[in-house]
Amino acid sequence: MGVVGVLRSSAYDFVMSLLAILLIVAGVLAALGVVAAVVLAFRRQTPAIGGRLEPMEPPRSKAPKVERNDTSSDTALVDTASDIGEESAESGAVGEVLTPVAPSFRDRLRRARGTFSGTFASIRGRSAITEEVWEDLEEALIRADVGIGPATELLTAVRARVKSAGITSPSELLEEVKSEMITRLVAPIDLRFSAESPTIWLMVGVNGVGKTTTIGKLGHRLVGEGKTVVMAAGDTFRAAAAEQLAMWGERCGATVIRGAEGGDPSSVIFDAVAHAGSAGADVVLADTAGRLHTKSNLMEELRKVRRVADKGVGSVTEVLLVLDATTGQNGLTQAREFAEAADLTGVVLTKLDGSAKGGIVFAIQSSLGIPVKLVGLGEHAEDLVPFDAEQFVEALFAEED
Amino acid sequence: MFEALSDRFEGIFKRLRNSGRLTAEEVDEVLREIRVALLEADVNIGVVRSLQGRIRERCVGDELSGALTASQQIIKIVNEELVATLGGETMRITYASKPPTVVLMAGLQGAGKTTNSAKLAKWFKAQGRHPLLVGADLQRPAAVEQLRTLGGQIGVPVYSSATDPVSVASEAIAEARRLGLDVVIVDTAGRLAIDAALMAEVRQISEAVQPDYTFLVIDAMLGQDAVNVAKSFHDTLELDGVILTKLDGDARGGAALSVKEVVGRPIAFASTGEKLDEFEPFHPDRLAGRILGMGDMLTLIEKAEAAFESDQAEEAAQRLMDGTFTLEDFVEQLNAVRKMGSLSSILGMMPGIPKEVRDVEIGDKEVGRVEAIIHSMTVQERTRPEIIDTSRRTRIARGSGTNPTEVAQLISQFMEMRKMMQSMGGGAMKRVKKKTKKAKGKKGGGSPSGRVSAKGTQPEVKKAFRLPGLDPVADQLEKAGIEIPGLPRID
Repeated sequence: MGVVGVLRSSAYDFVMSLLAILLIVAGVLAALGVVAAVVLAFRRQTPAIGGRLEPMEPPRSKAPKVERNDTSSDTALVDTASDIGEESAESGAVGEVLTPVAPSFRDRLRRARGTFSGTFASIRGRSAITEEVWEDLEEALIRADVGIGPATELLTAVRARVKSAGITSPSELLEEVKSEMITRLVAPIDLRFSAESPTIWLMVGVNGVGKTTTIGKLGHRLVGEGKTVVMAAGDTFRAAAAEQLAMWGERCGATVIRGAEGGDPSSVIFDAVAHAGSAGADVVLADTAGRLHTKSNLMEELRKVRRVADKGVGSVTEVLLVLDATTGQNGLTQAREFAEAADLTGVVLTKLDGSAKGGIVFAIQSSLGIPVKLVGLGEHAEDLVPFDAEQFVEALFAEED
Repeated sequence: MFEALSDRFEGIFKRLRNSGRLTAEEVDEVLREIRVALLEADVNIGVVRSLQGRIRERCVGDELSGALTASQQIIKIVNEELVATLGGETMRITYASKPPTVVLMAGLQGAGKTTNSAKLAKWFKAQGRHPLLVGADLQRPAAVEQLRTLGGQIGVPVYSSATDPVSVASEAIAEARRLGLDVVIVDTAGRLAIDAALMAEVRQISEAVQPDYTFLVIDAMLGQDAVNVAKSFHDTLELDGVILTKLDGDARGGAALSVKEVVGRPIAFASTGEKLDEFEPFHPDRLAGRILGMGDMLTLIEKAEAAFESDQAEEAAQRLMDGTFTLEDFVEQLNAVRKMGSLSSILGMMPGIPKEVRDVEIGDKEVGRVEAIIHSMTVQERTRPEIIDTSRRTRIARGSGTNPTEVAQLISQFMEMRKMMQSMGGGAMKRVKKKTKKAKGKKGGGSPSGRVSAKGTQPEVKKAFRLPGLDPVADQLEKAGIEIPGLPRID
């Protein structure tokens, strides 16, 4: 048996073992059916246990979405919050900015978080690199949601460098840590345009991370740069998601293409691309419904959206995973699944103006090679800024009050 | 993908030959593994430390019993500590003596406040109450719109006006009194815990409406920051409980544990799906199992309940047990299973599935192949696969784009499986029936045999939920998991 034979036989083994698993699953679930029936009967007698006896609905019917998806992702910064008379400040802020001045990362974080003190300061204050220093560093990384695995791996690398370079002072050590982290995060962050108009950018992610808001802000920026923007309300599932996008479109002067609630998202996006093509628009920003990466049918839907978006004129150059900075270790799984389904080109890290640090992007960058491209640092349109690895790393060690 | 704590322990315990007391070093090694597992589940590092302390005390102090292996014993201890930390009881809602009962929903942006306000309203409705939803989120574009749509779907009135959140909320209370509604649920805008101005605003809302319940809505995917968020909201609002959302994903939800430990308030409800009725009072012990990555049979059962028509499933099970299960049934089951989510995630919820099996990525493509083969058979072939001969096999292979060997393998595996299920089936069915009787007779149900399975959590789970008939399933799983020939060995 040659190489081909071996290959074939292992693929074949795989299929067969898969069958075995499937049969187990089916068998077990059949048995589960019995158990469930028993449980149901049992519960009916003791109604206090739970109120979950309603008839089953078809999956993902027109029922609205679990989460309040795509909300206004970033709240006002402390200093601007005082003049937020509910909507007035928001719309006012959006209305007047036609020439967006991208605020620096540091400015935004500084305003949101105060000074960069915290762990770095306390380590700098020590006289030698003790075991305790290493533990503090590890804790700081874990608290920032970097994750125990990546944190350990990073510190092992730093330890080696510290040893080989003969570093003895804690402040030099900190520089090593920072540069090691920055090296791992630096990647091209430009958002690419396609050679042939329109350029299509797709936002994907789980529920409630800020996809719709990100589109609104991005549209605002692009319009400010003199581009013609079409927004595709591809979230046909969540109640009023299209309205939310329409409001953004109105504010920044982008056309919003909507479909029926509960309609096919692919066709909405296809229509938007077609419209952009005939109207000579430059960019299509396509929204999608939030979906948990564990729902295979919804991930399948997303695959179709991704395929269809590329079918018309122009081409998809960015598929951005919108990720909430508060997300913990599950973020990596999300990124992996979305990358598999939709060929991610980058991450938009939202809500970084809160106390969460968003350290999970380390794992995403290092194990999947997907870079962070944009960061959401506030609720105003201009608060969506390009990612800056150095500032991000510094902020990681900042302490909230 | 994620390893269960028990898998982590296996490596350590393989080296530990002694069955009695663990030495201090051995306990330390185990604790390090526990730490990693908890951190990977997003339990806050401070909380991990205090848990570690408590677990250490018990591990060093307790004599390990002979009936259990050291690994099982420690998992049991960890599980008990987690359940204790999460709080043993499901929260009970009482109603204000002078209606309406006011519920305030607060949280970060995107946690799911609006959707869960509607879910909560639906739940109250199911309890025979008459809720009013209040749209006090005037910040996010179209948030009130969303609430109105949801209110329309569940038949609950929605109150809002374009003034300011505080007046909307207080007007709503008057409106509820006027309409004779007895529960008011106030949906507020999402806000960052560090945003002083908005935190002051939500406090004003709270002072204006004097809520009977203030719930913090947090998402199960939250990381280490969860404790900061919970603390700030608790300091501002005096929380009564937490609503945990997005539990239908594969996040382990360790943040919930941290929140409970830090603010001392129970998790009142959990949202487990996108549908408006996928919302229920929270059960601490289920989450404990999930954090440990030990499978979550109960959630699985509920998912199955939602995906399968119960009488249809029962019928299929019956056929499976008496050996008349056909390939047709199999495809039906398969489709129902797929409705529940990806196969890997379902397998992940099952206790007793060997690690090797759990780690196999099962894509829809492979499942599609199986389906294609079965779909290429005639009805007769599907009901009586034994009639398939070489020529039929070739035809099926051609029709499904596979090769005859694969077809043959599928059929032989299917037959073998069927035979095995049949032989197991008889006994298990009888036992289910017997236990049901027992449980019905004596409400406490519990775990009659006191059997401690390999995964340790099941006795607790059963006790808390009084669900009969889990044992036979677990037995089948174990048997099926171990005895099926040709299981992949991924080394």
